[in-house]
Amino acid sequence: MIIENYITSSCLIDKQGIYKNEMLLYENKEISLSDFFLAAYRNFELNYPKFHKMDNLCKLGWLATEILLKDSFYKNEYESKDIGVVLSNASASLDTDIKYFESTKEIASPALFVYTLPNIVIGEICIRHHFKGENAFFIFEEYNSGFIEQYVNNLLNNNILQACICGWVELLDNEFKTVIFLIEKKATGQNILFTKENINKIYLSKNG
Amino acid sequence: MSDLKKQIIDQLNLQDTKPEDIGDDQPLFVDGLGLDSIDSLELIVLLQQQYKIKLSNAVEGPQVFRTVRTMAEYITAHQVKNI
Repeated sequence: MIIENYITSSCLIDKQGIYKNEMLLYENKEISLSDFFLAAYRNFELNYPKFHKMDNLCKLGWLATEILLKDSFYKNEYESKDIGVVLSNASASLDTDIKYFESTKEIASPALFVYTLPNIVIGEICIRHHFKGENAFFIFEEYNSGFIEQYVNNLLNNNILQACICGWVELLDNEFKTVIFLIEKKATGQNILFTKENINKIYLSKNG
Repeated sequence: MSDLKKQIIDQLNLQDTKPEDIGDDQPLFVDGLGLDSIDSLELIVLLQQQYKIKLSNAVEGPQVFRTVRTMAEYITAHQVKNI
């Protein structure tokens, strides 16, 4: 029996701006990465002081998740253990690893050290939303829609999870792109089937 | 103490906090500014970078970093010793 799961929300952030369900919500007018993230944080009136302490990879993934879930996710319909996060990228935490290495030439920064693992972005998202389900962070050379589809469908179809936030969160130096999806078993938002073709289409919809 | 508050804000990336938001005797941890264990390590780095003071006894930490005033007193006492 084929079990169908749905993309009920999506969020894409690239240099051009922030898109939710393929519609532009916020246009980037800043030059630097940190100014863009801070301007977006203020634009969406987010209130989470820890955001300012995160490294850029965490800020990117955290911001995308905030926008992905806002007005689109009814968390109370799920138990916290049934909501998971599966992310991937190509550069792991290299952006912060390099900054931390540079800091060690004087006094090593504890605040940078704690972000020298890519899965910390999942931790920040789970702490924020109290998600306690399965989570994993995978490194691929490039965006791997086939793996995301297969892995997340397996978690949902075997009742390991009932809802999953998944996708790609890539950042190195000033280059970045994230596309994340909320996958649920029923079509509560968009009626888009969770397939490799559909998550590819959303990923490729903006080529910034 | 105003300079020290600015340094704390910069070191800990407390972007939504202004120096005047931090009381001289306001607890820095838990119910006060809400700093955490990583912040305490960053405060140790601040002492080293800005004042060349190494916290010699880790047991002293909770008292030294209790408030901005206790930090300032520790800095004043140990800068004198270093001269």
